[in-house]
Amino acid sequence: MNDASEKSGRGGQKAASQRRIAYRHRLPTRIWHWINALAVIVMLMSGLMILNAHPRLYWGAYGANFDHAWLAFHGRPFPGWATIPSTYNLAAARRWHLAFAWVLVAGLVIFLFVSLWNRHLQRDLAPSGEQLKPTHVWEDIKAHARLRFPAGDAALHYNVLQKISYVAVIFGLIPLMSLTGLTMSPGMDAAWPWLVELFGGRQSARSIHFLCAAAILLFIVVHLVMVVLAGPINEVASMITGRFRVPPERAAE
Amino acid sequence: MITRRRFIAVGSAGLLAGCDRLNNSQAFRGVLRSAEGLTMQAQRLISPRDALARQFTEADLSPIFRSNGTSMPATAEYARHLAEDFANWRVVVDGLVGRPLSISIQALRSMPHRVQITRHDCVEGWSAIGKWHGVPLSKLLDAARLSPRANYIVFHCADRFGDKPYYESIDLIDAFHPQTILAVGMNGHLLPVPNGAPVRLRVERQLGYKHAKYIQRIQAVESLAEVYGGKGGYWEDTTDYEWYAGI
Repeated sequence: MNDASEKSGRGGQKAASQRRIAYRHRLPTRIWHWINALAVIVMLMSGLMILNAHPRLYWGAYGANFDHAWLAFHGRPFPGWATIPSTYNLAAARRWHLAFAWVLVAGLVIFLFVSLWNRHLQRDLAPSGEQLKPTHVWEDIKAHARLRFPAGDAALHYNVLQKISYVAVIFGLIPLMSLTGLTMSPGMDAAWPWLVELFGGRQSARSIHFLCAAAILLFIVVHLVMVVLAGPINEVASMITGRFRVPPERAAE
Repeated sequence: MITRRRFIAVGSAGLLAGCDRLNNSQAFRGVLRSAEGLTMQAQRLISPRDALARQFTEADLSPIFRSNGTSMPATAEYARHLAEDFANWRVVVDGLVGRPLSISIQALRSMPHRVQITRHDCVEGWSAIGKWHGVPLSKLLDAARLSPRANYIVFHCADRFGDKPYYESIDLIDAFHPQTILAVGMNGHLLPVPNGAPVRLRVERQLGYKHAKYIQRIQAVESLAEVYGGKGGYWEDTTDYEWYAGI
């Protein structure tokens, strides 16, 4: 995000503030956002097809049909509209999943380096000490619950709930997905035995992989609901062009 | 008028149809397939050549070790071998070797064994831990004087899928890995039929379908293109599973 804004000098004060356009998302952030969105969706849909092949989840090192599963579906539980490809094909789903895994991980690594370099991480994503105070977090939760979104200059910065959820996805969920995914690889377990120890066994890693995928799906749903509530055209356009029409300040109540 | 719901339904159907169309495009599949080489190179780069798969203890064994694929080869020839208790089963080692071998199952069973308790990972996602007793493949390849021209070892199996014989292949890095054995025993007994009696491959750093069962012939080749469909295995030829199944 960038504070540089282009204020319109014409019209009344109200019209000027409505027309105010700010440069909110820099190019690397926008490119990564869309590459990552594509990669995550392909990973989720091809992952569901892979889970269709054996829709049972276990804790520990081993787990197969005769062992206790903490989550078990019957048949092929995930319908065609939710999977890639849309008809049962484990081999093809693995091709998609293991190719887009490279896109996901390479994209994240490059994004993190660029964002350290252009200070996006330090300036925009890291919550300030002030923001992390419980009273501030609580105020933000109440504002979200009332669907009162930041306006004016406040809309040019991520609020604390946004920062916490973005940081959780970027530094928590996607790295956990990648590591638990690698732990399911027998080749990786031989090369890096600490992986399988970290997660308490291959089947535990598979379960954590699934739980993180569910958490990412939840993030996507909430993220999309927020975009729709905050004004989908302005929000999506700002992630494409970088330019954001700043919502005018509300009159004091 | 297009309702929003209709718009979303049509949109997602179009998206899915697009994915399926991409999936059927040879060019796009080629792009996806290139990831297999990248993954293999990356794993080989960070793996010491002889990095061992984890070895477990008796306490870690799966109570029941499930089998997959063929559980009883349906040929008359295999039925005869089974009736004879595999007394006349032989494993041939040929192809690019200086001294072709034909080893009886009795000889294989009496050679010095390696015993390992390892985790078997199926491509479908499940895992089972079993104890395997067998002859290191490197011993047979050394005895057969493997040619320097050989790049791959192909395993020809007694089971059939329809009219197609099952087969698999590995490269020399996996063939000479210390845990790559021809297993003749499992969990302290002779190998059961569903698990590949009388002899199967264990190649512990790869997924289950690489672990060929019911082995009758081990062939050293320069290129996989000359064997059956040319992709190095039954599933690789017929359903596009990866030849490198380390992930």
